[in-house]
Amino acid sequence: MIKLEELKKSFLVSVWFMFLTFPIMVIRVNPIEKVVEWRWKNILIVGAGSFFFSFLWRYLLLRRETGRKKMEAGEIEKIPLSRRILTEPKMYIPALVCIAVFASVFPFVFSIYQINIMVTAIIYVVLGLGLNIVVGLAGLLDLGYVAFYAVGAYSYGLLNYHFNLGFWAVLPIGALLGVVFGILLGFPVLRLRGDYLAIVTLGFGEIIRLILENWNEFSFGPSGIANIPRPSFFGHQFSLHAATVYIYFLMIALTLLTIFVVNRLQNSRIGRAWIALREDEVACQAMGIDKTKTKLTAFALGATWAGMIGVIFAAKTTFINPASFTFLESAMILSIVVMGGMGSIIGVIIGALVLILLPEYLRAFSDYRMLLFGAILVIMMVFRPQGLISNVRRTYKFEGR
Amino acid sequence: MEPILEVESLSMDFGGLRALNRLDLKINEGEIVALIGPNGSGKTTFFNCITGIYNPTEGNVLISPPGKKRERINGLKPNQVTEKGMARTFQNIRLFPNMTVLENVMIGRHCRISSGVIGSILRSKATVGEEKKAVEDSYGVLEKFGLSGYVNDFAKNLPYGAQRRLEIARAMATEPFLILLDEPAAGMNPQETKDLVQLITRIRDIEGISILLIEHDMRLVMSLSDLIYVMDYGKKIAEGTPDEIRRNPVVIKAYLGEEAHAET
Ligand SMILES: Nc1ncnc2c1ncn2[C@@H]1O[C@H](COP(=O)(O)OP(=O)(O)OP(=O)(O)O)[C@@H](O)[C@H]1O
Ligand SMILES: [Mg+2]
Repeated sequence: MIKLEELKKSFLVSVWFMFLTFPIMVIRVNPIEKVVEWRWKNILIVGAGSFFFSFLWRYLLLRRETGRKKMEAGEIEKIPLSRRILTEPKMYIPALVCIAVFASVFPFVFSIYQINIMVTAIIYVVLGLGLNIVVGLAGLLDLGYVAFYAVGAYSYGLLNYHFNLGFWAVLPIGALLGVVFGILLGFPVLRLRGDYLAIVTLGFGEIIRLILENWNEFSFGPSGIANIPRPSFFGHQFSLHAATVYIYFLMIALTLLTIFVVNRLQNSRIGRAWIALREDEVACQAMGIDKTKTKLTAFALGATWAGMIGVIFAAKTTFINPASFTFLESAMILSIVVMGGMGSIIGVIIGALVLILLPEYLRAFSDYRMLLFGAILVIMMVFRPQGLISNVRRTYKFEGR
Repeated sequence: MEPILEVESLSMDFGGLRALNRLDLKINEGEIVALIGPNGSGKTTFFNCITGIYNPTEGNVLISPPGKKRERINGLKPNQVTEKGMARTFQNIRLFPNMTVLENVMIGRHCRISSGVIGSILRSKATVGEEKKAVEDSYGVLEKFGLSGYVNDFAKNLPYGAQRRLEIARAMATEPFLILLDEPAAGMNPQETKDLVQLITRIRDIEGISILLIEHDMRLVMSLSDLIYVMDYGKKIAEGTPDEIRRNPVVIKAYLGEEAHAET
């Protein structure tokens, strides 16, 4: 199976890498003693490393190729474990119970630091599920999703500052403003798709951030808004610890609500229209689907969740400024959706937990976070372009006919 | 009786290129009409113009659906045209590859059902009932087209002939009075073509739906059509029954030349 050809190619790659990295990895000029250090040992490491990785890469590609051929030839008809866990009650009910127990005891077992990290992760779960409507289901590549998140957060910050409105009053307002801004973005981009859509939405996200940064009288500029109150419980204010736990359960509830809604939507008339739009825009219209309406509902519904989560985010951190709503944030949420599996609820949840929790617990790697990120995405795109969990469409049984 | 589709002097320009040149066409209820012509003569463009995908430069497209008033439909969006009762298929199959076969047909039902976002989230009684009916109706369509064995398969995994049939089934699910088929037999083997001829006849005779079809397979066109329109360079060069077309010297010169010899 391992051919000489492959070895030769990997060898060439390693030589090429050694050549490329020679100036930075080998030569070091010491300006104080005015000597040039030659670190020959490094080149060996680079050579061996790149040879190994290149070979591993080739080997995995080869394996994937043979696996696919076998699948096509119908030799193996095995259902992957992930699919079985999702579809067989015998497997998913115990899994669900475990998750439920874990989620409900979590805040009483772990420290406030851990709870905070988990809340952040869950925030991204919901953001991912919201963006999943736009990108995963409707296939509209939105790179400015964070704008709606910012709208939600600032609506709580500002409404509270000026009118003293409480968390629970602003939560629906945040959602509503999300809808309004979603439609506002939706209209100009109705005719665009693919790359063009991505660029315009990216621009939209940046516009919102720049407005927040520069319009001092309105948004207090880069210094942001501080002292935003945490959510209350029928007028009762919590201590810091209790408030964190409270927000945690709030987020759990919101996640459940989101899953419930998205799940119902994706197997409904409107959800099917989104997927059809993603699959083939021309055919979708020709089959009687109003493209305008379908796109706008996708944008609006996606933005609703971002708006709501924005309010909770502001309440959680008690301080917001434009720096929290950069393009990187949008990219992060998009990565969650793409990595988890476009259109798959479970996939997005796992994607969010992995992408948010992993860097938190691998603090040692925090410098290389973005590097790791890129690497993961590239590897995913090559080996699992459909994401961690590919979406399963609902099946129907017609018996007795 | 009024023709169910009447196209008057339809023209379409792409920049300097006149793809359609003052084209007239009529279809009466229950007819199978074929549109033929050499490659690039503007047949697909004609479909795109009357289904709202392109907005024609000039001319009128008028429909009189059975039991409804006559109206002008150019300038309408494709989905509105479909709602009015003209459904189509595409020259190169355009299914929704990552949806199941049933869902593909259910998309066809989309414009005939009405549940919205709120109804879908709350699963109101009306929505549930409507959805159940849509599933059943769609399954019924699949059964009629011999596709019920594939219900839960992804459309992309179907054999080629079945994909073509599914595209017709999807169009039929929109409850059209006229169905437009763009080269339905393209790429089919003789057996599949034979089945297709039966299928098209059945659509007309049993469902009572009129058919306009573009096709290069002359045997199919000659055996099926009541009336044939021949185009060349965006212009209509002939119209008539299969016999008339077969004998028309202009047509033979423009289009049938080689094939006419081959057949005799
Ligand atoms: N969107 C467009 N923009 C510019 N030119 C176009 C466009 N669509 C079609 N054309 C041109 O219009 C002419 C007619 O094309 P059309 O696709 O309608 O031919 P056709 O009769 O369907 O051919 P075929 O039998 O090969 O399907 C061609 O010259 C084509 O290049
Ligand atoms: Mg064509």
